[in-house]
Amino acid sequence: MSNTVKTLAVAGAVAAALTATTTTVSAQAKEKCYGVSLAGENDCAAGPGTTCAGTSTVDYQGNAWTLVDAGTCETMDLPTKADGSARKGSLEAQERDLPA
Amino acid sequence: MLDDTRKSNHLPLTAGVGYKPQHFSDILENAGPVGWLEIHAENYMGDGGRPLAQLRHMAERFPISVHGVGLSIGGEGPLDADHLDRLKQLIGWLNPASFSEHLAWSTHGAEFLNDLLPLPYTDASLARICDHIDQVQTHVGRQMLLENPSSYLAFAESTWSEPGFLHEVAQRTGCGLLLDVNNVFVSATNLEFSPQGYIDAYPLDLVGEIHLGGHDEDEDDHGKPLLIDSHGREVVDPVWSLLDYVLERSGPKPLLIEWDTDVPDWPILRAEAERGQAALERVPA
Amino acid sequence: MTVTQDQFRAALLDSAQAVPEGLLDANHGPAGRRFNVYRNNVAVSLTEAMHQAFPVVTKLLGAQNMDGLAGIFLRQHPPSSPLMMHYGEAFPEFLTGMQQLSHLGYLPDVARLELALRRSYHAADSTPISPEALAIDPEMLMEATIEFAPAMQLVRSEWPIASIWTFNTQDGSPKPQAVTEDVLITRVEFDPEPHVLPSGGAEWIDALMAGKTIGEAHEIAEGLSPGFDLGATLALLLQGGAIITLTTKG
Repeated sequence: MSNTVKTLAVAGAVAAALTATTTTVSAQAKEKCYGVSLAGENDCAAGPGTTCAGTSTVDYQGNAWTLVDAGTCETMDLPTKADGSARKGSLEAQERDLPA
Repeated sequence: MLDDTRKSNHLPLTAGVGYKPQHFSDILENAGPVGWLEIHAENYMGDGGRPLAQLRHMAERFPISVHGVGLSIGGEGPLDADHLDRLKQLIGWLNPASFSEHLAWSTHGAEFLNDLLPLPYTDASLARICDHIDQVQTHVGRQMLLENPSSYLAFAESTWSEPGFLHEVAQRTGCGLLLDVNNVFVSATNLEFSPQGYIDAYPLDLVGEIHLGGHDEDEDDHGKPLLIDSHGREVVDPVWSLLDYVLERSGPKPLLIEWDTDVPDWPILRAEAERGQAALERVPA
Repeated sequence: MTVTQDQFRAALLDSAQAVPEGLLDANHGPAGRRFNVYRNNVAVSLTEAMHQAFPVVTKLLGAQNMDGLAGIFLRQHPPSSPLMMHYGEAFPEFLTGMQQLSHLGYLPDVARLELALRRSYHAADSTPISPEALAIDPEMLMEATIEFAPAMQLVRSEWPIASIWTFNTQDGSPKPQAVTEDVLITRVEFDPEPHVLPSGGAEWIDALMAGKTIGEAHEIAEGLSPGFDLGATLALLLQGGAIITLTTKG
């Protein structure tokens, strides 16, 4: 491609992107989404926070772990890596509910 | 030692609550008697996004108390300089009504252990903590309040009582105190001392804020009660009674309800705040 | 008898170690299981933090497996700062090293996606350019450079990680197909959203992030991915408010 052709290709792509783009969030929507995430879902992306409380849940031992229920995640077709190698492994979650 | 002009604690003498993002809309709709909000400093040290937007929004409507949980004032090592800078920045833009931290340690070397760990009350720990508080108050440029911990055990090496230790720290550094009444009750039960005796020995005139929260019950190796400061349920009646005992002696103080695990719907937390407000209104100003 | 914080810390994260002497109950007897309150507080709070940090990895493995993994992880990689919002930076590498999980090759990249979503959530606010700002002389546009929003994140993977993420967060989503997915995270206002980039999109954004011009980046992306769809990539960026500065020469 000559530089001119490339430039035209980029310009054409930009024009297409501009056409496809609708913008601006209304002020009302902005106010609303201060509170909860847009879909009304748990705000999972926030991640963990700090604590100044203790817990009575007993779980301090674990330094050993064995995968349990490894065979139950089989509801999916195998994904294939880019190099073509097949890998076993289901993507089905064992629990539908997110942790609180 | 700070001069009096920088003792800028000005929380209202009402009930407040520990702020949880899920209560954002509820608080704006019906705060009840809640006159101020407390945040954990570390949760608002991100660069932007919803947490800071919510905090800016709330700070226009409520006085805010910044309560740090990560400074590790009781740590044997030096304070984390980066963390001091983050605190200074947060307090700088927010200009909160109060700033407090814990008599505890949580950082060891490069590790943050995410719990408020206990320390012995000795001349050596006293000197170290006073140095750290001097450093904090100088760096941040204002007075801080220091909170008494919940204790599950004692140190054989301790030579100071906890109220005596806190009083001495406050006198040497000019810091104020945050009296957690539930923590007094938890520690008194666990270490078998009189909670009223603790309050009698405690310098109530230095208290800038009171905390109240719920605890869980467990037992130790000998079947004795071991209370755990879980902040996961209502404040129990004996702790409300101990609060009355405090308020009769101290007069009204800014009173915070903490509820950090199994956080309930807003009306339940608001009802706790109403109970706290009623306790405040029973005592003459 | 003194208890140093070194001793306290060592026994805290290793329950096989004895409780340090010098820690007492109310009757000056050994503290015994009272010390376990602190062991619990640390282990449980960090385990809960891992669940909150990686909800999709947790769903993929189940809560019980996540508890076990977190118990090991938190001892090898305690938080390095009190900013718990960023906890788990080392988790993708940790997962890669877990023999028992080697058949779930996508897990580390799903963890990377979850870390990137959190970075985006807490990133600094910024003001995007108006899309019309790109409607300039094409020659100038080719020479221009772009600055992206701090909340924009790029996660490249040989696995269908965006589809896996969607499948586990939105009811009724289709099962992931065996494809590679490069993910662009954008944040309009406060909620990060992952989008699958068209082929070549990640190379183009990468080149721009490295300071290349729009024209140079286009050439790189086309070279690596013939048929690169600049229009679709740009539309994702503009819609997500991810471009905050366009710098033209002269």
